[in-house]
Amino acid sequence: MIRGKVHKFGKNIDTDAIIAAKYANITDPLELGKHCMENIDTDFGKRVGKGDIIVATTNFGCGSSREIAPVTIKGAGVAAVVAKSFARIFFRNAINTGLPLLECEEAVDASDPGDTLEIDLATGTVRNITKGLAFSAVPYPEFVTELITAGGLVESVMKKMSKEDKKSGP
Amino acid sequence: MTLAEKILSAHTGRESVKVGEFVNVKVDMVMASDLTAHIAADQFEKMGAKRPFDPQKVVFVMDHFFPNKDVAAAEQIKRLREFAKKHGLLFVEAVDGGIEHVYLPEKGLVLPGDVVVGADSHTCTYGALGAFATGMGSTDIAVAMVTGEIWMKVPPTIKFDYKGKLPAWVTGKDLILYTIGRITVDGALYAAMEFAGEAIEELSMDSRFTMANMAVEAGAKTGIVAADEKTKSYVAGRATRPYKVYTTDSEADYASIVEYDVSKLEPQVAVPHSPDNVRSISEVSDIKVDQVVIGSCTNGRLEDFEYAARVLRGKRVHPDIRCIVIPGSQEVYLAALRAGFIEAFVKAGAVVGPPTCGPCVGGHMGILAAGERCASTTNRNFIGRMGSPRSEIYLVNPAVAAASAITGRLTDPKEVVDR
Repeated sequence: MIRGKVHKFGKNIDTDAIIAAKYANITDPLELGKHCMENIDTDFGKRVGKGDIIVATTNFGCGSSREIAPVTIKGAGVAAVVAKSFARIFFRNAINTGLPLLECEEAVDASDPGDTLEIDLATGTVRNITKGLAFSAVPYPEFVTELITAGGLVESVMKKMSKEDKKSGP
Repeated sequence: MTLAEKILSAHTGRESVKVGEFVNVKVDMVMASDLTAHIAADQFEKMGAKRPFDPQKVVFVMDHFFPNKDVAAAEQIKRLREFAKKHGLLFVEAVDGGIEHVYLPEKGLVLPGDVVVGADSHTCTYGALGAFATGMGSTDIAVAMVTGEIWMKVPPTIKFDYKGKLPAWVTGKDLILYTIGRITVDGALYAAMEFAGEAIEELSMDSRFTMANMAVEAGAKTGIVAADEKTKSYVAGRATRPYKVYTTDSEADYASIVEYDVSKLEPQVAVPHSPDNVRSISEVSDIKVDQVVIGSCTNGRLEDFEYAARVLRGKRVHPDIRCIVIPGSQEVYLAALRAGFIEAFVKAGAVVGPPTCGPCVGGHMGILAAGERCASTTNRNFIGRMGSPRSEIYLVNPAVAAASAITGRLTDPKEVVDR
């Protein structure tokens, strides 16, 4: 169960806003996290608490393919992003780096900065504790759920590779 | 099926694919840059992979922070050079190099009918060749490097039909800015944009690359132009392997069709801070700028410098302006040199730099201070993209950029060129 405070953003939050390219050489997620949203919200890195939740409207994560974008958000302590829609490369990158995304228009409209949200990833339920409301997020496509259940893309490729190695072995 | 669906279908070994279906697609080329390849290399090693599926189908291009902008970039590029050598990958750096999306097509590494994936969002550029090309993150790219396959969701195709002949000084850049302005930055989310119609048939390959390049700025998975005679003559002499041309079966295959009459279009400008915040040049020609950038994966090809040279030749850059010209590759640089464009730029007072993504991505070679404005032929005007979060970027075509360098404000080329 995820439980945290809402940090609310608008539409088209781009990857340069999430983490500027000049930090692309940094690999430590915590260090990246300090610069999260720096271009559009200078104090975000200081204000955000562990387990907090980013709530945004449409096309969250548009722009570059940089995989450090979801890594930065996790590094800042954010536990999940709830939005009306996500940009496609960001969506893939979040799946691959383990940042939970929830597509839930009603929860976005009903949530204000500072509200407490509770998210059940297993059922896709988003509860606004402050306002006493509950919503259901659009579930991931079945293909994506299977991928996550299998431990992610890299894990599933490794399993496949070790099977093939055994087959081709002596 | 549409052109995009046919290519995906051919790469899944199946008769057909349906929109929305998840498929494993075989790839013809896998690309990563110095900004993204290190994470792909980490994942490659984590997977315990011994070799890439085909070393000749994996290419690392050093372009974002090239020439090495600092020690961290230098260390990263050094590591990638060693990784590429160890695994026999194609590695592109200083010798005969360039910006990935300029370089790959000109060397014939991507061809019509291909599926290409790259750890760079502007990988969709290759769609101009009639290929299915799309950007992904480094982990996806690592998996494609190891297995030669990657999962995709089959996108719906939106057809953009451009009617009419383009007026003077109106280019592919203006068509794509106009389009994004109309449909907004998520107007083609998860879709393939197919560019067609009279204006596209007339368009040069260079301008088609510019259009496909910015498809991602509308949220699209790819932008694509059906290969025609222009494509075939571009590819001739570059391709080192056979290729296949696909076309859409019927209009009914498109998810939707959008028509634009572009016969009266003015040069377009995307004003801060979003590529869909688009105006005609006449609406914004009083805006003063401090810097002009002509280059990038969007507008760093020979035709772009020809446009700029036609405007700048015999003129003088405004004394308050830094006009930075960046050829997209060594091949483009040499061709521009031979055509006399480079001399025209330097005589006009512009600075000509080596091929790099530098300023576009806020890396180096043209960073903006707070309060500064740049007229740029690049693809993104997000907050802080080119430097200070308090700077501003105006996206324009190369002729508008050159004209703005002369006057010091956003300028329609016809104001400064007699013709």
